[in-house]
Amino acid sequence: MSFLEMHHVSKSYGQGQTEVRALDGIDLSVESGSLVAVMGPSGSGKSTLLTIAGSLEDPTSGEVRVGGASLSAMSRNDKARLRRRSIGFVFQDYNLLAGLTAVENVSLPLELDGVPLKRARVAGMEALEELGLADRAPHFPDELSGGERQRVSIARAVVGERHLLLADEPSGALDSTNGEAVMRLVLAACRRGVAAVIVTHDAQLASWADRVVFLRDGRVVDQTQPPPSPESLLLPSPQS
Amino acid sequence: MSVRHALLGLLSDGPKYGLQLRQDFEATTGEVWPLNVGQVYTTLQRLERDGLVESDGADEGPQKGFRITAEGEAELAQWLRTPPDLSAPPRDELVIKVLVATRLPGVDVHEVIQSHRRYLVELMQQWTRLKEDEAEFDLGLALVVDAELFRLDSVIRWLDTADGRIKRAGVEPTAPTRSALPRLRRRIGVQP
Repeated sequence: MSFLEMHHVSKSYGQGQTEVRALDGIDLSVESGSLVAVMGPSGSGKSTLLTIAGSLEDPTSGEVRVGGASLSAMSRNDKARLRRRSIGFVFQDYNLLAGLTAVENVSLPLELDGVPLKRARVAGMEALEELGLADRAPHFPDELSGGERQRVSIARAVVGERHLLLADEPSGALDSTNGEAVMRLVLAACRRGVAAVIVTHDAQLASWADRVVFLRDGRVVDQTQPPPSPESLLLPSPQS
Repeated sequence: MSVRHALLGLLSDGPKYGLQLRQDFEATTGEVWPLNVGQVYTTLQRLERDGLVESDGADEGPQKGFRITAEGEAELAQWLRTPPDLSAPPRDELVIKVLVATRLPGVDVHEVIQSHRRYLVELMQQWTRLKEDEAEFDLGLALVVDAELFRLDSVIRWLDTADGRIKRAGVEPTAPTRSALPRLRRRIGVQP
């Protein structure tokens, strides 16, 4: 089942001669359990697509459905609740709150949603443990490396019962080893049933995805086909 | 790739038979580069002729063992530290396709570029899956897969840059600039 569906979604800024069309008739479905990467150059509409999918911005036209529910039918409060409960965001610059420890950052979305403090902290610890960060729980963001901060932000994005993970250049500021670790975590979340969209201009990141969608001037211009088995890359040994 | 030096490398940690060398070679390269036994024996004969390995004197066949000589060790040490020749750009078919596409009227260069980009990303997805499944447990394979991913990634980056450059330059086919290529060849030392 598609957890995220975008139908003919367009987004314009400005009017008349100064109108800029950031998205132009986007159709995109993301199944639960699958990872979709959106690739495109700067200005192709990648980040706009993500903010609209995450209900942070409204489209000018078209429909977005998350978990079967149409965003256009929701009030601002409904959307805020949806974001707190179902959607996790990961940004290039982590967006952790400097005054909170790792576990407090991770459990914050649950606390804001009314989960009792103790239960929220337990869930936060579980999310950190799953990502191998239990020992970093009491540390503040400025005591963590860049790779650890991004892993904490992924823990925050998947804490509780989140079903949709939206990531904007999640390893943009990391070296390739840490970038790979981040993508392994995103993929692991998908294998547990989360639907994920990452937007990136980095082909190495995108290649972790089940499907790669190419964006250009606000339009989907192409997408990859399901790749054949990687075994085909390993050539059979020639007979002597 | 130098099978010759790879075999010297495998012999540097002890004498081996030809068949064993083939198995070790494939294991070291993550089974991405297969090697037939005939190739192994031909290479070993040449290495022996050049004094870089010596055999145990047994008859030709699977029971014949080989060990590296001091000269072979020296050759291996020198080869490891000699950079491969990357000074001249290879005659890259993809670069030529894009160059040709920019000069043909009626051809959408961006569409041509995108079809290559998609193919390369699909190839990278396959390599990445291999890393996800196996490379964590096999250093040789992980290194080979990383090298391939970086190589393909660099081609995609070139396509992205070309795409942007062509867009900025306008979509009209451009007349070839006759003087640019010979100058470039001279500068990078490529013989016409």
